[in-house]
Amino acid sequence: MKLYFKYFSIHLKSQMQYKATFFLNFFGRIVMSFATVASVLFMFTRFNQVDGFTVSQILLCTSVVSMAYSLAEVFARGFDIFPRLLGNGEFDRILVRPRGIIFQVLASHIEFLRLGIFIQAVAVLLYAIPNSGVIWTGDKIVTLLLMIFCGAAVFFGLYIIYTSFAFFTTEGLEFMNILTHGGREFGRYPYVIYGDGILKFLTYIIPLALIQYYPLLYLLDRAQSKLYMFMPIISLLFLIPSYSFFLIGLRRYKSTGS
Amino acid sequence: MITLSNINKTFRVARRQAGFGRAVKALFSREYELIHALNDVSFSIKDGEMVGYIGPNGAGKSTTIKIMCGILTPDSGECNIDGRVPWRERIAHVCEIGVVFGQRSQLWWDVPIIDSFELIRDIYKTDEKTYKNSLDELTMLLDLGELLKTPARSLSLGQRMRCEIAASLLHKPKILFLDEPTIGLDAVSKIAVRQFIKKLNTEHGTTVILTTHDMQDIEALTERILLIGKGRILLDGSLDELKKHSSSRKTLVVEYTGVMPTTSEGMTLKEMKDGRLIITLDPEILPVSDAITHLAAEADLTDVSVSGITAEEMVAELYREYHI
Repeated sequence: MKLYFKYFSIHLKSQMQYKATFFLNFFGRIVMSFATVASVLFMFTRFNQVDGFTVSQILLCTSVVSMAYSLAEVFARGFDIFPRLLGNGEFDRILVRPRGIIFQVLASHIEFLRLGIFIQAVAVLLYAIPNSGVIWTGDKIVTLLLMIFCGAAVFFGLYIIYTSFAFFTTEGLEFMNILTHGGREFGRYPYVIYGDGILKFLTYIIPLALIQYYPLLYLLDRAQSKLYMFMPIISLLFLIPSYSFFLIGLRRYKSTGS
Repeated sequence: MITLSNINKTFRVARRQAGFGRAVKALFSREYELIHALNDVSFSIKDGEMVGYIGPNGAGKSTTIKIMCGILTPDSGECNIDGRVPWRERIAHVCEIGVVFGQRSQLWWDVPIIDSFELIRDIYKTDEKTYKNSLDELTMLLDLGELLKTPARSLSLGQRMRCEIAASLLHKPKILFLDEPTIGLDAVSKIAVRQFIKKLNTEHGTTVILTTHDMQDIEALTERILLIGKGRILLDGSLDELKKHSSSRKTLVVEYTGVMPTTSEGMTLKEMKDGRLIITLDPEILPVSDAITHLAAEADLTDVSVSGITAEEMVAELYREYHI
């Protein structure tokens, strides 16, 4: 962990070398990400409710998903651009250093720029918290935090899968974006509105609904069971297959070198 | 001690056309082309040896280096470095080696070199005393003083290479792998790098394995040469032994005034241009002195120079000889 902070400070120093770029980009992203919020708001000029959710409740959902996504983007950037690491030999360097591979990939890139989205999401969340009609109690705050951090973990798992594909093929990885970017874009609204099929897929295959729809029901008192509160923790199981897939990919890399 | 025995490595290179559909299809079934990157490669290197590993592009040099670094797993054969199998005990193994990839940087681009060095120290868990010690020594030998405060991006290639080499040695590895360390460097930097490597080897007894296309590197540095071609070790010996392998052909450059001299038996005219002749000859058929006497009798010579085969030509000849 100490080493991670060392990496962290080097990345911060590097990115601060280009201050103008950094701030322009940083604020640009904040402004841009409000488009997401605007699109939700426009929708609500036509409808009062979407599937029984009010606008503030939807915004709660939007902000939780963007926070989770942006956390993964900031801290797991190394996985996001993994094909580049393979291409330019940075990954070989990682293999000749005496530290864990996942750790090094994680530490290899930290993209502070992407924190812009996170900050915007915090702002939206702060608006949504009092307006969503949620009666906030201790366990609901825990639920909310679980949604954000476990959400980041699920997106992280998706990145690891993306990375593992990169060991096998360098092209055609775009389809993974359907799950990562798509997961975020769809996540503006509770996944239930996309129909039963998609909800099932996002429950059992890619457990994004476990960090969004089900705990949201708990927050809104539509579901009483504590199970709904701890759904985000169950979603962490997703990291097991992702990690195994990564190991398979790694073994292949070590035997092909490309 | 490094021992490789009967290492084989075959790559399956997927052949497919570009495109999304093909890419998805390729995840499930592919057509492959087999490339024998290494074919029954065996050699051993003693502690403190300095070995030049040469061969044309695509001969298998990098593959061998990658196997010894633990990046790649061979299909069959054994590799043992100081009692460890590199790809099985990756972490323990890489603590003992230093690797410089001449074409790739390991330094963080935008921060001063010293920051990169300190991060590397923490990655290797080098204790403060050892670190300080090697940093001082490397700073002196590689003349890094001012460079340490400069970000990598503002260094020249030669300066950066010196820093790269230092970065690979901070943890005092026993073995140093250098993959084309002098590529793209100017003459002064090349000489500085060579001198440093030589010194490292003699003073610390660091085993050095060097791949290069620059024959002057080989001449300046290594007593032993491994020649690899098409995945096989073709020659293993000293530079002198290699020279014996190749012909003793001499090149004669003659400048003259007046009539052009004629060549006699044993000479081959390579080039003629106003007042200058380049002739090659085989001293076994025609001794050099006889050749000069013959030429001097025919024309007024103003300048004569004789040169033997260069390491470069020798290697080119070897490549031809082995059809690689």
